[in-house]
Amino acid sequence: MKDRAALIKDLGRIFPPDRLLDSSAQLAPYESDGLTCFRSRPSAVVLAETQEEVIQTVRWCYQHSVPFMARGSGTSLSGGSVPVADGVVIALNRLSRIVQLDPVERTVTVEPGVVNLKVSEVAAPYNLYYAPDPSSQQICTIGGNLAFNSGGAHCLKYGMTSNHVLGIKAVLPDGEVVHFGGPSLESAGPDLTGFYCGNEGLFGVALEVVLRLLPKPEFFRTVMAAYDSMEAAGNAVTRIVSSGLLPGALEIMDRLAIKAAEAAVQAGYPKDAAAILIVELDGEKDAVESDYIRLSALINETGANTVIVARDTVERMKIWKGRKSAFSAVGRLSADFIVQDGVVPRARLGEALAEIERLSNIYNLRVANVFHAGDGNLHPLILYDGREEGALERAEELAGKIIKLCISMGGSITGEHGVGLEKKAYLPEMFSPVDIETMERVRAQIDPKFISNTGKMLPGGEAPALVIRGLHPLEKEGILSRE
Amino acid sequence: MLHKIQAEKFGSRGEGMAHAVEACVHCGFCLPTCPTYLTMGEEMDSPRGRIFLMKEVLEGNLSVDQAAPYVDRCLGCLACETSCPSGVRYGHLISPYRAYAQKNRKNNLFQKTFRWLLMESLPHPGRFRFLLQMAVFSRPLQGLLPRMLRSPLSLLPKTIPKEDDLPEIFPAKGDQRARVALLTGCAQQVLAPEINRATLRVLSENGVEVVIPKSQGCCGALAMHLGEVERAKISARKNLEVFENAGPLDAIVTNAAGCGSGLSEYRDLFHGEPEEERAKNLFALVQDVSLFLHNLGLKKPSGWPEPRKIAYHDACHLSHAQGVREAPRELLRSIPNLILMEPLEWEVCCGSAGTYNLEHPETADLLGQRKAKNLADTGADAVATGNIGCLVQVRNQLEKTGSNIHVFHTMQILEEAYRNGA
Ligand SMILES: Cc1cc2nc3c(=O)[nH]c(=O)nc-3n(C[C@H](O)[C@H](O)[C@H](O)COP(=O)(O)OP(=O)(O)OC[C@H]3O[C@@H](n4cnc5c(N)ncnc54)[C@H](O)[C@@H]3O)c2cc1C
Ligand code: SF4
Ligand code: SF4
Repeated sequence: MKDRAALIKDLGRIFPPDRLLDSSAQLAPYESDGLTCFRSRPSAVVLAETQEEVIQTVRWCYQHSVPFMARGSGTSLSGGSVPVADGVVIALNRLSRIVQLDPVERTVTVEPGVVNLKVSEVAAPYNLYYAPDPSSQQICTIGGNLAFNSGGAHCLKYGMTSNHVLGIKAVLPDGEVVHFGGPSLESAGPDLTGFYCGNEGLFGVALEVVLRLLPKPEFFRTVMAAYDSMEAAGNAVTRIVSSGLLPGALEIMDRLAIKAAEAAVQAGYPKDAAAILIVELDGEKDAVESDYIRLSALINETGANTVIVARDTVERMKIWKGRKSAFSAVGRLSADFIVQDGVVPRARLGEALAEIERLSNIYNLRVANVFHAGDGNLHPLILYDGREEGALERAEELAGKIIKLCISMGGSITGEHGVGLEKKAYLPEMFSPVDIETMERVRAQIDPKFISNTGKMLPGGEAPALVIRGLHPLEKEGILSRE
Repeated sequence: MLHKIQAEKFGSRGEGMAHAVEACVHCGFCLPTCPTYLTMGEEMDSPRGRIFLMKEVLEGNLSVDQAAPYVDRCLGCLACETSCPSGVRYGHLISPYRAYAQKNRKNNLFQKTFRWLLMESLPHPGRFRFLLQMAVFSRPLQGLLPRMLRSPLSLLPKTIPKEDDLPEIFPAKGDQRARVALLTGCAQQVLAPEINRATLRVLSENGVEVVIPKSQGCCGALAMHLGEVERAKISARKNLEVFENAGPLDAIVTNAAGCGSGLSEYRDLFHGEPEEERAKNLFALVQDVSLFLHNLGLKKPSGWPEPRKIAYHDACHLSHAQGVREAPRELLRSIPNLILMEPLEWEVCCGSAGTYNLEHPETADLLGQRKAKNLADTGADAVATGNIGCLVQVRNQLEKTGSNIHVFHTMQILEEAYRNGA
């Protein structure tokens, strides 16, 4: 695209040369998100340092009809932050000021490049913290969290990102700067912040976000229970939830995931267990202690073979470290894997897991499971050997089967990783054509030129040139074609 | 991640490189501990980005020169290895890659001359001392020099310590509990001979006899990190021989983390070559002095009459490259009246990184200032660390901020703690 390259030079009016990246060596590292099976090269990456620069870039893109994509830390697991081919990537990592922290109102206003964990760090001196805790929290950004409405281990009790966003300042794809919500917990009129959350980068770029902070729980009880079968662990979840207890977190890891996490961080999980359940109670000391008595009794009844209760913060962090590093740790078992993200009704967890195991045997591919059991959010990791002919295609097919399974059980195709590129082909299975058309209309209102993260989430539209072998599910569905 | 690197094409260490690329799942967990990512906030200057770039070069999609600016800026601190849940051995990629790149890059005459000068001087105590003297002497002329030559000068000590000839054997005090050889470290012995002296006294105090082989040479780490493999191998062969002939040893102890990890790297350096077995045997003996003492069981020092706050600074080549974090802390904690302080961002490099502060002064300064602030914020009276490079860097950076916190080697603190009781 020669014209595009010439046009890009014009961005030099907004950015000095060291922040306008356009050489191959500068662009290559921006080609992928957290999955390297999707790749596509932008024409330029701009390193924005001020909100004004972002606004000007979006206006420039609008004026020249150039597609753009906002990028946080590129940890999306659904192809969400794979650049739009030949478009502009607006990298927001340097747009990372903490604008204002109000310990009395318990709010903090941040720029989008601020890393999730950093928010809790700056709030810590006031005994406050930011509740949504994706496993990638030490590196994913608030902008990315907002776009994907990310959740974490503790969203069973505390909710997803959207439950903690009070206000948003954003530049829409046509260059208009808007303010939704505000620092107050009450707002009149339609819930526009809720509307903006989870937009997957289709509604321009968030420039400033007001987040709600919570008082740090006074007390924790973190329990790790090991089981001989996945089913037993699944049943324990059902028992715990139906008993009326509301743990802060309720997580399951299976044998493969345990093995990987142990190799990575020596979390002290029993290596021979078929599944472990991590339950965390948090809140005021008295309440937690009385819940803990009930929980212990329940766990005893569910036939756990080993139970470890964290005695202090160090032990608690150790249990969590294993869980939080599990995704990446699977890299030790297999260089290549796909992470799936689907939701099934909690009561059908056991059934879903058994079916996944059956599929895994049919496809002859190992599947590791790490998931938020409390809200039925599954994360099967499908392991394959990229060097084996046809393995990736088999893995993708299996991933597709799992997603269809979730839909057929009355669940959803994404719990928190978003639709991105990976799952947009499955959107029509979950929504009727009328629903999708409505979404398209909304989108066309906001982005009349289709330049904001073009090709993601919604079916159709121009998708980036994908660098993967064989047919991608999108191609099989006839939605996408490569030149 | 998927790659098409033909490992065979890159010699005996090709497989290791391919393996590191393969193990990287692109999750980005290493980004927040990478010093260059923290200061620059751009993907090319992150471990994940560098792995990707090196992959592209090894696959033939990019030239060595295209990737060079970003790969060169890597400090080799290996914080990314510590923070990687997927077990990526970044060191197995960057070291052989640098050797490959060194051979295949277009000439950069200035850089080559500068590196040549470094390698011809630093590892040779006699020459290094001479150069230092010249440099100190010519300090008033500094302003006339180009930036790249000015920065090393600004790192120099105000005066150069007197030469200190170490004995060939330093006896154990009391009953002998062990016998070790000491690697003295070339630059360290010139810049701060008191560190080796302190180490000898502490070891002796603990019943350890120390051999200091006269003919030992530079460990070769400097050459290795600059990608000069053949030069490194010459040093390595010499040391293999010297330490093999040092008599029965319980350990070869090092007190400069950079040299310690240099010796440990012989295994990789000679991978698939006749010396491999010998390098492995040597590796089995190499231990940082703090770990050695910790395992041996430290004789309790008497400590100080008044409480002293000491912050511990992790040298990357000790904490990340050798995984030694707890031993030096335990030693310090065992000193009565010593209050151990922990700075924020322990895992982030101070910017010294071998000769990095000579080649990339701006980045090194940014990191140095960040480290100085974190250390000063602990409210400590002094800093302890396990590497001469860090010691010099942190001292200079603290001085720049006008702080009067002193920086010592962990062994110097221990030695003082013993002396106080005597
Ligand atoms: C190991 C691992 C574990 C993970 N665990 C979890 C988990 O537990 N829960 C979970 O929910 N997710 C998880 N994720 C997925 C991922 O971390 C989240 O989706 C995260 O929110 C992405 O943040 P990011 O900064 O990396 O965004 P990116 O990947 O850079 O971008 C994601 C999307 O957000 C858009 N975007 C980014 N910034 C802005 C902005 N300012 N305005 C508008 N749009 C923007 C991008 O265009 C893109 O579409 C995990 C990922 C990895 C690699
Ligand atoms: S943490 Fe490890 S696997 Fe993840 S991007 Fe960094 S090097 Fe790759
Ligand atoms: S070795 Fe250090 S500087 Fe180099 S990529 Fe790893 S963390 Fe960054």
